[in-house]
Amino acid sequence: MPLFDQLYNFARWLTHDLTEAEDLVQETYVKALRGFSSFQSGTNFRAWMFRILRNTFLTSRTGLKAATTVPLDAEDADELPAGPETPETIFISHSEHQLLQETLQALPLHFREILLLCETEEMSYQEISETLSIPIGTVMSRLSRARKALRDIAQQKLARS
Amino acid sequence: MDNWTGKIAAYIDGELPAVEMKELDAHLRTCPACTADALQRVSLKRAVQSAGRRYTPSADFRQRVRQSIAPRPRRSAVWFWLPATAVLLLLVAGTLTFSNRAQHLAMQSTYSELADLHVTALASPNPVDVVSTDRHTVKPWFEGKIPFAFNLPDLQDPEVSLAGGRIAYLGQAPGAELIYHVRKHQISVFIFQERAVGHLPSSSSSLQRQQDTFNFLTWSQNGLRYFVLGDMSGSDLSKLADLFKAAR
Repeated sequence: MPLFDQLYNFARWLTHDLTEAEDLVQETYVKALRGFSSFQSGTNFRAWMFRILRNTFLTSRTGLKAATTVPLDAEDADELPAGPETPETIFISHSEHQLLQETLQALPLHFREILLLCETEEMSYQEISETLSIPIGTVMSRLSRARKALRDIAQQKLARS
Repeated sequence: MDNWTGKIAAYIDGELPAVEMKELDAHLRTCPACTADALQRVSLKRAVQSAGRRYTPSADFRQRVRQSIAPRPRRSAVWFWLPATAVLLLLVAGTLTFSNRAQHLAMQSTYSELADLHVTALASPNPVDVVSTDRHTVKPWFEGKIPFAFNLPDLQDPEVSLAGGRIAYLGQAPGAELIYHVRKHQISVFIFQERAVGHLPSSSSSLQRQQDTFNFLTWSQNGLRYFVLGDMSGSDLSKLADLFKAAR
């Protein structure tokens, strides 16, 4: 089964729940198999599979709830250079793996998924654009805001601890 | 630094066009602030990459999914592929037979036409329009009359002689017909452009065939299609054909 581990990991991050994630992955494969004729050869298979999984998730009860918090991508975030004492350096020096996972978990769905696709799945902007069905310009601006949000939330968590 | 800040993210993601990639590379060597920024972004990227790899499916779940999607398509695949393969084979066989048959018919009608041209030339009181045994007279005669040039062989064998040539048409395409005498027989050599007879299977080696008591030889060379025909044996035709193939 192609992409099984990656899809499962992504499903768990989306749903926050083991049973829901398993159902989601299973449904994704059934749908992919049934709809394989609609897959256009020459297009990206990975983006296609992730898109099925994500669309299935968005129509589930958890997904619908999570999606209502998605804001518009109207404005581009200002790209700020990282300051001298930033969470990035702290992540590395303390190797706060768990803190980062909690931060990711706390991010709104649209930031979480784009970070996972870009950093963990190492998808290109083009693939992300196909998976999320958004233009490349939006991929770049959303990615930039997601990274900023990740830094901000991590900073808050560090300040509290 | 400001010009580059917006591009560092795309640079780290490997999404910057090659030219800008090089420029930013060069800039990073000279700008400590941008370098620090880039390094921190790489660190965060790597950290998220590993933090994101958090969940692994259980072997049990993997097995369940495999079972739920595997058996049905496998069975239906057999039922699909068996008849599908049979139909495909029939189609291929049919197409091959059809195209062989079509080629055969095309050959047949071409040979009939050439045989008619040959017989007409033999029956005519003026079988050739340029009467000469000298290839250096016959070859230039065709210049400007047909849309290609060809070489005529130098004849050493006293039994073979050139009688002359004339314009011939095959399927509305002009070509050359050369008439040779071999002992008391007459042989016609037809030369056409390959694309004028493109419906025939092309072949660089000689194809031999007998039709209406005539023997035929045909081959392709340098974009031209040659036909040699006469009422002589195949080996006599081959000798003339070989002279043509070697002509410079």
